[in-house]
Amino acid sequence: MIASTQESRAPLIELRGVTKVYGTGQAAMQALAGIDLRIEEGDFVAIMGHSGSGKSTCLNILGCLDSPTSGSYRFRDVEVSQLTRDQRARLRRYYLGFVFQGYNLLKRTSAIENVELPLIYRHVPARQRRQAARHALASVGLQDWESHNPNELSGGQQQRVAIARAIVTGPSVLMADEPTGNLDTARSEEIMELLCSLNRDQGITVVMVTHESDMAAYAKRIVRFKDGRIESDEQNGRAH
Amino acid sequence: MFWNTLLLSLREIRRNVMRSFLTVLGIVIGVASVITMVTLGKGATQQVATSIASLGSNLLMVTPGRRMGPGSAGSAPAFKVEDGEAIAREIGSASLVAPVASRSMAAIYGNQNSSTTVTGSTSEFLTLRNMSLHSGRTFSDSEARAGASVAIIGQTVRETLFGSQDPLNSRIRLGALSFQVIGLIEPKGQNSMGMDQDDIVLLPLRAFQRRISGNQDVSMLQVQIREGESTEKAQRDIRLLMRDRRRLAPSEEDNFNVMDTKEISRMLTGTTTMLTGLLGAVAAVSLLVGGIGIMNIMLVSVTERTREVGTRLAIGALEREVLMQFLVEAVVLSSSGGMFGILLGLGASLALKNVVMVPFVFDPTIVMIAFLFSAAVGMVFGYFPALKAARLDPIEALRHE
Repeated sequence: MIASTQESRAPLIELRGVTKVYGTGQAAMQALAGIDLRIEEGDFVAIMGHSGSGKSTCLNILGCLDSPTSGSYRFRDVEVSQLTRDQRARLRRYYLGFVFQGYNLLKRTSAIENVELPLIYRHVPARQRRQAARHALASVGLQDWESHNPNELSGGQQQRVAIARAIVTGPSVLMADEPTGNLDTARSEEIMELLCSLNRDQGITVVMVTHESDMAAYAKRIVRFKDGRIESDEQNGRAH
Repeated sequence: MFWNTLLLSLREIRRNVMRSFLTVLGIVIGVASVITMVTLGKGATQQVATSIASLGSNLLMVTPGRRMGPGSAGSAPAFKVEDGEAIAREIGSASLVAPVASRSMAAIYGNQNSSTTVTGSTSEFLTLRNMSLHSGRTFSDSEARAGASVAIIGQTVRETLFGSQDPLNSRIRLGALSFQVIGLIEPKGQNSMGMDQDDIVLLPLRAFQRRISGNQDVSMLQVQIREGESTEKAQRDIRLLMRDRRRLAPSEEDNFNVMDTKEISRMLTGTTTMLTGLLGAVAAVSLLVGGIGIMNIMLVSVTERTREVGTRLAIGALEREVLMQFLVEAVVLSSSGGMFGILLGLGASLALKNVVMVPFVFDPTIVMIAFLFSAAVGMVFGYFPALKAARLDPIEALRHE
């Protein structure tokens, strides 16, 4: 199945022999020791591993926040490892959405304005921007919370605002870094259901880092990291 | 692009109204003080200029000393009455000459006393100053010659000493001597230099010299030039006459000054302009301090907002967009502080104009300069913090606690 997809078109994401070394000389620390990873359009990948396994570094590279020390990262037909800082920023702006463990919403800024933020950087006109933000908030079930500031929202609601912010631009890939790390089980499940439905209904590819296997179980595919290498990479049996 | 940056910056400022206000308080105070100083200074300058212009262009003042001005009267010999007489005699174009000597002292009537300026001169003094008598009479020739103990008083002195009583023929005391009040000057109000022209006791010059100063000195000769005659020529002639009378050798410099009103005005406005500049400079320093305040707060704010910057970068903000946002924030802050300061300064000038007795002179140039300067302060002092924010590594920034 994988082979046939490969022939029909290039994968969305392809890492080949990616290494990442922090520091130099004696202090050098190898975070990634040669990663090969392909992610197809529409996939839902959970990246698992203990802390220090390289999973976060991998997500940073996939999210174009960081460049690999060596190896190749192709996003669609673009060789990301060759891009400048600003070019990577543009790639993030137009193709990627981010969800963080700590939500990272702007304080004292209403939910709708938080969601609008990426559209401002895309220079979307005000009226369309407001409309799209409203729509995104509605799609995460927060249509009645537009004017609330983050400190007036629960953790689960804040994370849903963050997801709305990530998807308001209609990204190709949603990068989620421990999206349920700060939430209790019930809220975590809500968030995971939300990610699943975005993946299923809107065809957004999701790459999620987590260390909880309960959460990883929602994904279609689970990639386990250990000591900077991929330990296992398997399809998840869970039916969607 | 610009509007988006402005929008981002404005939202950021709105998020922290109180802090933003405190940040720009320095700029507000700096600009307000510059505007107040300069506006009042301009008012004072203009006032001096008009007050001198109102003396008329046909007035010459002859004073001893090299230069008339604060602290530089010099030690040249004073004039005598004869010098004034010589001018009246020899200078054909001089229509009136008033020798003047004055001193501040207390005038006493009953248990009231008023500290005032006692001036000794001739009745021409009133004509030269455009003053007229409200009641009573001026000195007679014989009183002038004899130095009789008579006085003409101004309205302010009358009010302090006599209240609503008629002062005429009462006797007031100056030092140990008593003078009979023979005239009351029509009130003139304050001149535009802020001096009360009605605060005066006028004596015959001879009486002043004999009984008050105890010498024959005259501190100034005021000369009115006939209408239509050249003041320059009169100035030259008086200078030659005085050099001759004071027996100055050709190599010696003048030890007196013959000034027309234009020169006096130039000199006095020069002084006020210099003072205005000085005060303005002091105020400008406070603007600079305000700018440092902005930089300080911006630096703190960048550190505090590290995660936010990380989020923006992750979302796809370019380095220069973050830079612009922080820069625009600083400039919007400082220039709105400037605007606020301008309003405050103009308001303060309006409020103070009655206290310091100078007219309100709106100067659009200084308002413009103050505004642009405050914006520039934001630009300069906001640049470094903005650069710091823009250069943040998104991963590090996102991890920042």
